Amino acid sequence: MAPQGRQEILEGAMAVAHAVARCRPEVIAAYPITPQTHISEELSTIVADGELQAEFVKVESEFGAASVCLGASAAGARAYTATSSQGLMLMAEVLWNIAGMRLPVVLACANRSVSAPLSIWCDHQDADSIRDCGVIQLHAEDAQEAVDQHVIAFKAAEDRRVLLPVMVNLDGFLLTHVFEPVELPDQALCDAFLGKYEALYKLDPGDPMSFGCFTEPDKCMEGRWMIHDACLRSAAVIEEVSAAFARTFGRNSGGLLEEYKSADADTVLVAKGSICGTIKDVVDELRDKGRRVGLVRIKTFRPFPRDRIVAAVRGAKRITVVEKGGSFGSGGVVTPELKDALYDAGLRIPVSGFCVQLGGREVAPDGIQEIIDRVEKGEQVHYEYFRLKKAILPDLVP
Amino acid sequence: MKPAEAKLKAGRPRLLLPDRTHYCAGCGHGVVHRIIAEVLQEWGIRGQAIGMAPVGCAVLMYQYLDIDACESPHGRTPEVAAGIKRARPDKLVFSYQGDGDLAAIGTNEIIHVANRGEPISVIFVNNAVYGMTGGQMAPTTVPGQKTTTTPKGRSVTAEGYPVRVCELLAALEKPAYLERCVIGSAKEIQRTKNAIKKSFRVQRDLGAFSLVEILSPCPTYWRVPPAKSVKYIETWMEQIFPPGVVKDVTK
Repeated sequence: MAPQGRQEILEGAMAVAHAVARCRPEVIAAYPITPQTHISEELSTIVADGELQAEFVKVESEFGAASVCLGASAAGARAYTATSSQGLMLMAEVLWNIAGMRLPVVLACANRSVSAPLSIWCDHQDADSIRDCGVIQLHAEDAQEAVDQHVIAFKAAEDRRVLLPVMVNLDGFLLTHVFEPVELPDQALCDAFLGKYEALYKLDPGDPMSFGCFTEPDKCMEGRWMIHDACLRSAAVIEEVSAAFARTFGRNSGGLLEEYKSADADTVLVAKGSICGTIKDVVDELRDKGRRVGLVRIKTFRPFPRDRIVAAVRGAKRITVVEKGGSFGSGGVVTPELKDALYDAGLRIPVSGFCVQLGGREVAPDGIQEIIDRVEKGEQVHYEYFRLKKAILPDLVP
Repeated sequence: MKPAEAKLKAGRPRLLLPDRTHYCAGCGHGVVHRIIAEVLQEWGIRGQAIGMAPVGCAVLMYQYLDIDACESPHGRTPEVAAGIKRARPDKLVFSYQGDGDLAAIGTNEIIHVANRGEPISVIFVNNAVYGMTGGQMAPTTVPGQKTTTTPKGRSVTAEGYPVRVCELLAALEKPAYLERCVIGSAKEIQRTKNAIKKSFRVQRDLGAFSLVEILSPCPTYWRVPPAKSVKYIETWMEQIFPPGVVKDVTK
C-alpha cells in the first residue's frame, strides 16, 4: 500500500511549482505570461529561498526560455520551463529543435486562447497547434493530476527509449488559479522515483559531439522517422511510468486514457482537460436516469493513443468529441484523428465534433446535456461551433 | 453641473474617452495617454494618427484613446508600426510600449527598427517592472529592487544591470531624437508633452526615427503609496536612467 501524504489546499499553479521543485530541475528559464506566471514566479521564490539548488534564468522572452532549456539539456542538465498561448507560439521553433535533438525538457502549458482577437482565457488552440513537433503532450483534469503528471513527465522524457520533451497541459485559470486539495509528491519518494538525470548524450569537451547538425537528404528523413518512432513507442513507456507512479504514490494520474462509465455506453463522449469534470457530472446524472452515456478522456494527446481509444469506443453506437480547439478551414483536431483511427479499425460508428469554450466561454452541464440530447436524437455534425451567437455576427456575403 | 467638474481648469481631451481605465492608482499610463490625446487634439490630427498598442499594462490603450489603433504580437510593435508607416507614409504612426514589451521580449525589434531609421515615433513607458503579469523583474529593474522573481532584490551578479534603451539606441546612426522624461511634477509632465510633440515633428518633418522614454510610477509593484512613488523615481530610478536628451540631430 502506497503511503498517504498530507493534502493541502493549494492554488493549481503553486502546487505545480512545488511539485516541479521536488523533481529537482537544475536549470529553469521562464518569461511571465498570464495564466502561467504563478508557476515560474513561485519557482523563482523557491530557488531564492534556497529550497531548490537550481539556476533560475529570468530571460527576455519565451524564445529565450526555451533556448536556455535546450542548451541546459544538451549540456546534460534537467531543464524546465512553463508558458501559455503566445509564449508557446514563440517557443515553437525551439520546441522543434528540442524534440529533434532528443532533449528531455519538461514544460507546462497553462492553456490559453491564441491572439487575435486577444484573449487571456482558456482553450486548447495553443497546445493543439504544436501537436506536430514531437513534443509529448499530457492533459490534466485537475490540479492533482497536473502535479503528478509533472513527475511522470520527467520520468518518461528521460527514459532512454523516449528522450523527447514532454509538455503538461493544464487549463489556464480553470486549473492554474483555482485552489484545490492537493497532495504534493513526497520529496524522498520523488528522489527515488526519478533519480538523478544522466544524459545518454551531452555536450562534453572530453567526448565532443554535435547536436542538431546539418543533414543532407540522404539522412534527414531517417532522423525525422526516429522522432516519430520514439514518440509512438513512448505510449508504452508512459503507461509503464504511470503504473510505477501509481504504485509509488498511490494515485492514477498518468496513463493514456481514462474510461469513465464508457464500457457499456451507447453514447461516448471524448474530450481532454478540465471540461471532463463537467462531462463526468452530466454522465452521472444521465446514468441515474438510466441513459447509457460515458466518457473517454484523453490524458495523453501525443502520442495519439489510437489503439487504446478504438478499443475504448468500439462498442458505442455514436461518438461525440467535445473540443476546445479546432483547425480553421478543416474542422476539429481530435475529431479527425479519432475518425482516422476508427476507419483503420474498420469501424463506421457515427462521430460528431463540437467546438466549445473558445476564448474561455463557459459551457455548463446543460450545454453538455444539450449536445448529448441532440446526438441521441440522431443528429450528426461534422464540426460545429457550439452555441455560436449568430445575432452578433456581421452580415455575411451570401 | 457637478461640483467636481466645476473645479476642473481644463477639460478632458475629446480623444481621451470618458471610460474608467483599468490602471492602478498612481499609475503613469493614464497621464501619458492624456498627453497623447492632448497633442493629437491640439494639432487637429486625429484622422492622421495610427497608434500601436503593446502587450502589457497598456494593452487596452485603444479603449481609452479615440484613434485608429492596432494590437501587435508581444514586442513586435515597432515592426508592425514600420509596416503601417511604409504602407501609409502620410500618416503619423506611433508605437506605445512598456519595458516588458520594448526592453525585454522586443529588444531585437526596437534595435533593428531604429537602425533602419523607420520614420515612426516610439513612446516607451519604463516603470522598471513587468506590471501586467504581476510585478516580476524586467531588464529595466533597478539593482536591489524587490520584485516577485527577485524577492531579495535584483542581483547584478545573477541578473545583470538595467538595460538603458536610449543610450543603447544612441549608439546607432539613424535615430534622430532620443529623450528620457519623467511622469512626476507638473513641470516634468509638461517636458514629457514637449518631447512627444517633438517626436511627432521629427517623424513628420525629418522622416526619421525617434523615441521618448518616460520613467513612470508603478506604486502597486513598487509597493509604495502613489504619492511616494514619484519620489522613488527621483531617488533611485533617475540614478540609473538619467532624464534628458540623449540624442538630438535637430540641434
